[in-house]
Amino acid sequence: MTPTVTPEAMQAIFLTLKLASLTTLLLLLIATPLAWWLSQTRSRWRASVSAIVTLPLVLPPTVLGFYILIVLGPQGWFGQLTQSLGLGVLSFSFAGLLIGSIIFSLPFAVQPIQYAFEAIGKRPMEVAATLRASPLDAFFTVALPLAKPGLFTATVLSFAHTVGEFGVVLMIGGNIPGKTQVVSTQIYGHVEAMEYAQAHWLAAGMVVFSFAVLIALSRLKRRSERVMP
Amino acid sequence: MNPSWLKRLAFCVIPLAWTHDSLAADVSVAVAANFSAPMKIIAQDFERTTGHKAVLSFGGTGQFYAQIRNGAPFSVLLAADTLTPAKIEQEGLGVPGTKFTYAIGQLVLWSKNPGLVDDQGEILKRGNFSKIAIANPKLAPYGSAAIEVLNHLGIMSQVKPKIVEGSNIAQAYQFVFSENASLGFVAMSQVYEDGKLKQGSGWIVPAKMYSLIKQDAILLNSGRNNPAAIALTTYLQSEAAKAVIHKFGYQR
Repeated sequence: MTPTVTPEAMQAIFLTLKLASLTTLLLLLIATPLAWWLSQTRSRWRASVSAIVTLPLVLPPTVLGFYILIVLGPQGWFGQLTQSLGLGVLSFSFAGLLIGSIIFSLPFAVQPIQYAFEAIGKRPMEVAATLRASPLDAFFTVALPLAKPGLFTATVLSFAHTVGEFGVVLMIGGNIPGKTQVVSTQIYGHVEAMEYAQAHWLAAGMVVFSFAVLIALSRLKRRSERVMP
Repeated sequence: MNPSWLKRLAFCVIPLAWTHDSLAADVSVAVAANFSAPMKIIAQDFERTTGHKAVLSFGGTGQFYAQIRNGAPFSVLLAADTLTPAKIEQEGLGVPGTKFTYAIGQLVLWSKNPGLVDDQGEILKRGNFSKIAIANPKLAPYGSAAIEVLNHLGIMSQVKPKIVEGSNIAQAYQFVFSENASLGFVAMSQVYEDGKLKQGSGWIVPAKMYSLIKQDAILLNSGRNNPAAIALTTYLQSEAAKAVIHKFGYQR
């Protein structure tokens, strides 16, 4: 076996990193307020919303991908919305992949942040309120810094989960090089085509990379926890 | 475990096993996903005529190959191509000389929209569609056949930017069925029933435009001494089985 990094593999690696970074970034923006709401609310919708957020954890990825495909499609409600906004149909595009990845990794982002918020308890926020901090001010200066470990975990899990994502991408991607062909689907293609040598190289690269990222992030997390009082 | 308990269990289980017809056996069959519908019917007929029971697993041919190589207990493989059974025979995982073609697939250009595909396939040249689905040409014979057709018509360069690939022919069909792709090259067995299109519009691609999509079967090593496995490979070549295969849109 000679290590041959084909241009296609490079393209897929770059695309995977781009997808995982953007998914993680957007997920943090979506999951943080959602997790805050879930941790604070007494609404009767709480259980239902929490269940919906957790659903992608339970559903098989190909099933999830199949329904995302239908919803994004020209007859689906989301597809009709994007068409009327002049965006066209998003299946088989990077944007479509991004939407799929966000849905797929949502529980991995929401749950750690929610647990972190819940662990803070009511007291720090009440103290902040007595010091005349507005709720928004208290959220950014008290709740968010205290929830840092949860945010770190969410970041790591979202990123890692998106890198390893396969079923959803396979269903809504269409295997277009440079647009929707990521490392995991490329490995699948090599295995199916019995090109085990190429598959091994990509898979080994993925394992080493993921391992390194997880180690780096957990080091970072420990350091940030040490800084905290 | 308590030995007396084990003895009691044996007394219960052994007669149960005996009630089974001692001549009939089970055969576990790895079946290419595209052949699942006809195979379910063939398996029923096979059990009725021979008394043997065929236990079917459906999946991708490449995945079955990997599993067989690693000791999966299948006795017969019905592949979606000719390459995999040949490879299995060559690598000594199957019984030499037992390979045969059980079905020949036909390619159809299909759309869910009733007016879109004309019966000459002229739409490909007009190009008034946004996405065209094909099966992955590297993995699926239906996919490489579709590429052959596009090359044959000399329109590959125009069509190429509109191609989306399904990992197999079932996924190519899903893309067209969900209308995420306006049309696509699918298997006739997916869209025809009793010689008619189930829905939408289609063009049966003339067989001269692409190489035969032969699907081969092979008796695997674990089926070498299994009468049910041998009976199944014979039954698949019988007129009764061929009639079912034909009804599902395959050539014989």
